[in-house]
Amino acid sequence: MQIYLPIAETSVNAFTLLGVGGGVGMLSGMFGVGGGFLITPLLFFIGVPPAVAVATGVNQVVASSISGVLAHLKRKTVDLQMGSVLLIGGLVGSLIGIWFFNLMSQLGQIDLIVQLSYVIFLGIIGGLMLQESLRALRRANNPAARKRKLHQHYWLHNLPFKMKFRTSGLYISVFPPLLVGMGVGVLAAIMGVGGGFILVPAMIYLLGMPTKVVIGTSLFQVTFVAAFTTMMHAITNQSVDVMLAVFLIIGGVVGAQIGTRVGLKLRAEQLRILLSLLVLAVCGKIAFDLLWTPSEFYSITVPGRF
Amino acid sequence: MRWIALLLLLLTALPLRGEEVIAGLSQNSVSLTVNFEGSEILIFGAVRRETPLPVDTALDVIIAIEGPPQPVVVWRKERRAGIWVNTQSQDIRAAPSFYAVASTGALAEILSQDADLTHRISPQLAIFEARGTGDASARATFTEALIRVRAAEGLYQEHEGLVDMQRDTLFSTRLTLPKTIVEGRYTARVFLLREGQVIDEFETFINVQKAVLERWLTNLAFEQPFLYGLLALGLALFFGWGASALFRLLQS
Repeated sequence: MQIYLPIAETSVNAFTLLGVGGGVGMLSGMFGVGGGFLITPLLFFIGVPPAVAVATGVNQVVASSISGVLAHLKRKTVDLQMGSVLLIGGLVGSLIGIWFFNLMSQLGQIDLIVQLSYVIFLGIIGGLMLQESLRALRRANNPAARKRKLHQHYWLHNLPFKMKFRTSGLYISVFPPLLVGMGVGVLAAIMGVGGGFILVPAMIYLLGMPTKVVIGTSLFQVTFVAAFTTMMHAITNQSVDVMLAVFLIIGGVVGAQIGTRVGLKLRAEQLRILLSLLVLAVCGKIAFDLLWTPSEFYSITVPGRF
Repeated sequence: MRWIALLLLLLTALPLRGEEVIAGLSQNSVSLTVNFEGSEILIFGAVRRETPLPVDTALDVIIAIEGPPQPVVVWRKERRAGIWVNTQSQDIRAAPSFYAVASTGALAEILSQDADLTHRISPQLAIFEARGTGDASARATFTEALIRVRAAEGLYQEHEGLVDMQRDTLFSTRLTLPKTIVEGRYTARVFLLREGQVIDEFETFINVQKAVLERWLTNLAFEQPFLYGLLALGLALFFGWGASALFRLLQS
């Protein structure tokens, strides 16, 4: 069954969309990742214009993270202070990202920028995930592994405008969280991702936050930044496709529920290797498209359309 | 003597004026509904003549459907630092968003160049380049590329010999509007030709419009983007939160 997307102005198979949403939703349920970094490139592959894929992907992030953030708020595992600082940075970053996105659209280079950012980030995440899961697998076989120190203070934390973050038990400068939040905001606007894959490690290793509040706080920031970015894309370049979003979201939420249940029953390490290989495969496909000599050197853009 | 010359002139001219083309379409409106997958249009018609059928020359029909023109930019990729990047571009002032030509024979044989120029029938002539930028041959390369890319997408079609003509009177053809067509008024032109010249022309329109819901969403997105953004967020929150609430309910 084909479904007509009014903003993308093309039609795609509804089951493909539900499958993409559901498959990525399942992965996100199993591994606790947002999945935006897989949804957007998969949308490119099925023929959705990159600009629409990015703006709609970020809309989907709102749906996939809202129930998580509500659960964490209820359990009080959100550092609201830290979350707010990260959020302020995120909103600024999102504005910068949107400005850059629209500038590149006008210059006809947005597809390239989006694809390049995906190659870089998927390459990094996939590589790190693979390395991490291989190490975890080795550690599982060798129980005499060292334990990491909880957190360290770097010069970064001693910058001016120090602030007390009670829930996290930190007394650090506001600049590192502002900058981290900003980076995530830029990525949200350009790549249509939540940015959890950058935010979570940054919060643990860079800011030194205790792990019990990391997921809740990152979800808090991601939800609001994604919501803001969706609004900005809708207002500045009209590239959010509601029809596309609804199908992705329905597939995604159902997939996530199944994924959560399946994830409890399976061995995580091997699956994590598979996920990292999948991420690397998507990265490879986009890189291939950029590097391989195209069969057609010309392409067409219609100003004001996608 | 003068009136004899005039009569002779009239007589030779008569068969040309004596043939008229009348045509119809299977549908004059196309609705881009939720499950729109493209649309096939049947174009049929007849030649009306009050004089006997001329036997010395062949009768031909060309049918052209043209979508609303839009300004476009054609980009050329070049390899920079290993990757393929859009480097050069050419603005096209107006290019039809859709263009299909069907005919009873090869265009080069049935259509003379000056008739083509007057009526702008072949796709090259329907594209208006922006004037004064770059040299003409470079512009032509970009125009050719535009036709090639759009042809590959099914947006520009040339079907020589696809018009089926019966007894020099009835003709019909089928053209497919692909799923990527844009909204607007499409012009369908039917030309009747003899010896490369257009002897009669018929014009009608097809209205391509998004269906109610799609229309509403597009209007909202472009006219009330703030409300549209809120709608997108509302739907995301509703489905995101609603689905997990539903699953919790099912579980307990």
